[in-house]
Amino acid sequence: MAVVLALVVAVMLIGGGIFTLLAAVGVVRLPDVYTRMHAASKAGTVGSGLMLVAAGLHAGEFAVLARAFAGFFFFVLTAPVAAHLVAKAAHHAGYRLSRGATCDDMRDHTKK
Amino acid sequence: MVTLFTGLVFAVVWAAVTGSLSPLNLVLGFLLGLIALWIIRRDFAGTRTVVRPFKLLSLLVLFVKELALSAWRVAVLVASPKMDLRPGIFAYPLKVDRDIEITLLANLITLTPGTLSVDVSEDRRFLYVHALDCSDPAAAKQDIATGFERKILEALR
Repeated sequence: MAVVLALVVAVMLIGGGIFTLLAAVGVVRLPDVYTRMHAASKAGTVGSGLMLVAAGLHAGEFAVLARAFAGFFFFVLTAPVAAHLVAKAAHHAGYRLSRGATCDDMRDHTKK
Repeated sequence: MVTLFTGLVFAVVWAAVTGSLSPLNLVLGFLLGLIALWIIRRDFAGTRTVVRPFKLLSLLVLFVKELALSAWRVAVLVASPKMDLRPGIFAYPLKVDRDIEITLLANLITLTPGTLSVDVSEDRRFLYVHALDCSDPAAAKQDIATGFERKILEALR
C-alpha cells in the first residue's frame, strides 16, 4: 500500500514538474502575449495542482491534504482571471496579434 | 436559511484551510463566515440563484476532463518542433446574462483547450475569446454553446 502511494506521488510530482516546465518553455516559444497566456494559465495550473496534491498525499494528514486542495482550488479560481486581465490590458494597449492570425473580432467591434 | 447554509459551507472550508476539525474551530469558522457574508450583504441582495447539485457536479466533471485535455494539448504544442498556430480573437454571442454566469463561463473557457477569454463587450452581449486555432470560429462557438454554456444554464437556472 505504501509503495502504491509512493508511486502515485512520484508520478504526480514528475508529471506536475513536466507540465510546469513546458508552461515555462511555452511562455518563451509562443509568438505573442495572447498565445503565451494560454501556456501560462493552463499547463501552469495543472502542473502546480498536480504537485500540490502530491505533496498533500505524501504528508498523509487530513490537514495538509485539505490545504493542498484549497491551494489548487484558489489557483483554478485566480489563474484565468490573471490571464484574462493581462490579455485584456495588452489588447487595450494596442498590442497586435502575431502574424498568421486569422481574425480579430474585438478590434473590429471596438472600432465601430 | 440560505445565509445559514452558506455559513456552514464557510465553516467547513475554514476547518479545511486551518487544518483542524475541532468543534470550537468549526464554530469560529461559522461566525467568521457570517461576518464575511454580512460585510458583502449589499452585493448579493435581491439575487436569487437556484443551484442544481447534480447538474453542477456534471459541470465539474466536464471541467476537470477539459482542463486535463487542455494542459495536455498546450504541452504537446509547446514541445513540438514546429508550432502550427492560427490564432485569432472571435466574438462569442452570450446567452447567459447574469454576472455569476458570465464570470463562470469566462473562467471555464480560459481553462479549456485552445481558448482564452479576453474581454466582455460593454453591452454584455459578446465575450471576446482568443483561440490558438481560429481557422473555424463557427465550430468553436458551437462547442462552447453546447458544452459549458448549456451546462451552466442547466445548473444555475
